[in-house]
Amino acid sequence: MSAVVTTAGHWRRATLLLALAGLVAFALADLSISRGTPGAELQRLAQGLITPDFTATEALGEALATTLAFAFQGVALGAAGGFALALLWHRPGVRFFAASIRAVHELFWGLIFLQITGLSPLTGVLAIGLPYAGIFAKVFGEFLEEADPKPAEALPGGTNPVTTFFTARLPLVWDQFRAYGAYRLECALRAAAILGFIGLPTLGFHMETAFRESGYSQGAALLYIFFALIGTQRLWLHRRLVPVYLLAAVLWAPPLSSGPDGALKRFLTTDIVPAPLRDGGGWAELGTWLAELGTQQALPGVANTLVVALAALLLTGVLALALFPLASPHFGHRPGRALSHLALVMVRTTPEFLLAFVLLIVLGPSMLPGILALALHTGVIVAYLTGRFSEGIRPQRGYSQALTRYGYEILPRVYPNFLAFLLYRFEIIIRETAVLGLLGIPTLGFYIDSGFAEFRFDRALALIIITVMMNLAVDAFSRILRRRLRLQTPATAY
Amino acid sequence: MSAFRFRGETLWRGPTAVLSDLHLELNPGEKVALLGPSGAGKTTLLEALRARALRDTAWCPQNPALVPALSVFHNIYMGALERYGTLYNLLNLIRPTAYQQRQVGELASELGLVDKLRVSVDRLSGGQVQRTALGRALYSERPVLLADEPVSSLDEEQARALLQLTLSRHDTAVVALHQQEQALTCFDRVIGLARGCVQLDAPAGQLRRHDLTDLYQ
Repeated sequence: MSAVVTTAGHWRRATLLLALAGLVAFALADLSISRGTPGAELQRLAQGLITPDFTATEALGEALATTLAFAFQGVALGAAGGFALALLWHRPGVRFFAASIRAVHELFWGLIFLQITGLSPLTGVLAIGLPYAGIFAKVFGEFLEEADPKPAEALPGGTNPVTTFFTARLPLVWDQFRAYGAYRLECALRAAAILGFIGLPTLGFHMETAFRESGYSQGAALLYIFFALIGTQRLWLHRRLVPVYLLAAVLWAPPLSSGPDGALKRFLTTDIVPAPLRDGGGWAELGTWLAELGTQQALPGVANTLVVALAALLLTGVLALALFPLASPHFGHRPGRALSHLALVMVRTTPEFLLAFVLLIVLGPSMLPGILALALHTGVIVAYLTGRFSEGIRPQRGYSQALTRYGYEILPRVYPNFLAFLLYRFEIIIRETAVLGLLGIPTLGFYIDSGFAEFRFDRALALIIITVMMNLAVDAFSRILRRRLRLQTPATAY
Repeated sequence: MSAFRFRGETLWRGPTAVLSDLHLELNPGEKVALLGPSGAGKTTLLEALRARALRDTAWCPQNPALVPALSVFHNIYMGALERYGTLYNLLNLIRPTAYQQRQVGELASELGLVDKLRVSVDRLSGGQVQRTALGRALYSERPVLLADEPVSSLDEEQARALLQLTLSRHDTAVVALHQQEQALTCFDRVIGLARGCVQLDAPAGQLRRHDLTDLYQ
C-alpha cells in the first residue's frame, strides 16, 4: 500500500497533536467543584437572569457613561498610536515593540497605571489605548502592506513621501481602517467594563459587586444593559457622530492623572528595580532573587496558564464543531437559526473574564470555571465564524442525512478555516488565561496580582515580562503551525 | 530634454529578458507609436523610458493605477502633486481650492468628464477611467508623454479625438497602441516590437496597413 499523502492528513495530524495536548492538560488540571451546592447556586443565578432588576444599581448612568468614555478615548489613543507605528511597519524593532505592548493584557496595564496615575480616567484610557496601539499597528501595517502599490508608483516623479502616502496609499485602505475601528470599539467596551474589576468606576465595578453579593437580578440587569449597548452599536455609531462622542468622552472623563507627583519617576527608578539591587546587593543576590521568583512563581504560573489554555483550546474546538451547524444555512431551519444566532451573540458579547467570574461563584475556585468560560466564549466565536464561512459553500450532492452532509460535504470544506480560526484564537486564549489569575485561578495573573497587592512591583513587572515572552512564543508557534498547514490567515478573526 | 538612446541593451521584466540587444534612438519632438502583439515588450520599453526621464514624464500606465476611493478631481490633480508643497497638497485633498477646481475642471470638460468630477473612480465605466488616467498625465504638464494603450476602451472616434488632444499638448510622445489605424494617422513614427526585438521602425507616412500585419503573426 502506498503512503497516504493528503492535505486532510496534515490537518488530522495537527488536530491530533492539539487534542493530545488538551487531554494531557485536562489530566493535569484541577477540575474540582469545591462549592457544596452548585445546583442551588445555578438555580438562583437562573432566577436572577429572568428577573433582572434595573433599579438596584445606584449611579448606573455614570457607570455607563464612564465605560463609554474609556472605550472611546482608549480606541482614539490606540488608533492614533497604532497608525503612527504602522507607518514604520517595515522596521523589525517597531514590530517587536507593537507585539510586546499588545501581549500585555488591558487589566495588567491597568494594574501598572494604578500605581502611577492612580484611580483616574487616565489609567482607564491608557490601559486600553496602549495595548490597542499595538493591535492597531499590526492590523494597519498589514492593510497597508497588502494595498495595491501601483497608484503610488504612477504618481509624477519627485512627489514627496508624505504627499504620496496621503493621496495614493491611505485612501486605498481607509474604509478597512474605519470598519476595523468600529470592531475595536466593541472590544474596547468589553475591556472598559472589565476594568471595573480592578476598581475603575465602569459597569464591571457594579457587576462584580452585584454577583459577589449574590445580587443576581441586579447583575443580570447590568449584563442586559451591556448587551444592549453592544448590540445596538450599529445604530448609534455613526461616522459623523464619532467626533461628538469623542469630545463628550473627554469632557465626561478628562484623561487626567490623580497619582501623586513624581509617581512615574518613583515607579520607574525605585518600585520596579529588583529588590536586591535596590537594597544595594550585587549580582549574587539578584541571581537568588531570580531563581526564587522563577521556581516559586514564574514556573508554576506558566505551567498552570498552559494547562488551562490548552484544556480550553480542546474544549473550544469540540464546542465549535458541535455548534457551528447552528450558524450555518446548511443545517436546521430559519427560526432555529435566528434563535441560536441570538444566543451566540449574547455569549460572544460576554467577556470571558466576566463569565469566569460568575462560574467561579457557582462552582467554587478551581481551574474548571476558567476552562469553561474560555471554551464557551471562544467556542461560540469560532462556531459563528465557521458557520458564516460555510455560507459560501455550494453542496455538490444533496445528502439528505444531516450527519452525512456534515461529514462529507461541509466539514472537509470548512476544516482549514476552522483550524485557522482556532489557532488564531489560541493567541487570544493564552492572553486571557494569564489574566484569569486575578480571579484566583493560579495562572500567571494570580502571581502578578499578588505582587501588586504586596507592593512588590519588581516581582509583578518581572512576571509581566515573562507573560509577554510566553505570549510571543505562543504567537510564533501558532504562526508557524498555520504556515505549515498552509492555512490562510482569516482577516475577520482578530 | 535629451534624446533616449539604447545601444545593445537588454530590458528585463523580473528574471525574464523581454527585449534583448535593443538598439533604438528616440529624439525630442518625435511622436512615436509602439505596436506589437501583447507580450512583445511595449510596457517594458515604456517603463524603461520612464525610469530614464522620471521628472520629464507625463505617465499613463495601462493598468490605470488610479486611487479608486478618490474622486476624478483628485485623481487628475495627482498629476500635479510634485509642483506644489506638501501642505497645499494635503489641504487640497481635504478641501479642493477654487483655483484647482477651475483648472482641473477645464481639463475635465475637454475630456468629457465634467459631470463626473466629484464621483469616485470606482464608480466609473472603463472608458471614463481611461479618460481620468489621461487627465492625470495631461495635468502633470510634462514634455514627454509615455502612455500604454491609453484609449483602448473608447470607441474609435472618441479615441482619435482624445489621442490628438493629448499629443498636441506634448512635445514628445511614445504611445503603445493596439489599433493600427491610429498609429498611421496620428503619429510621425511607428516602431513595431515582436519576438523580443524591434521588427519595424519607419516614418508613419511611408507605411501601409499591410506593412503592420506581419508584426502580429
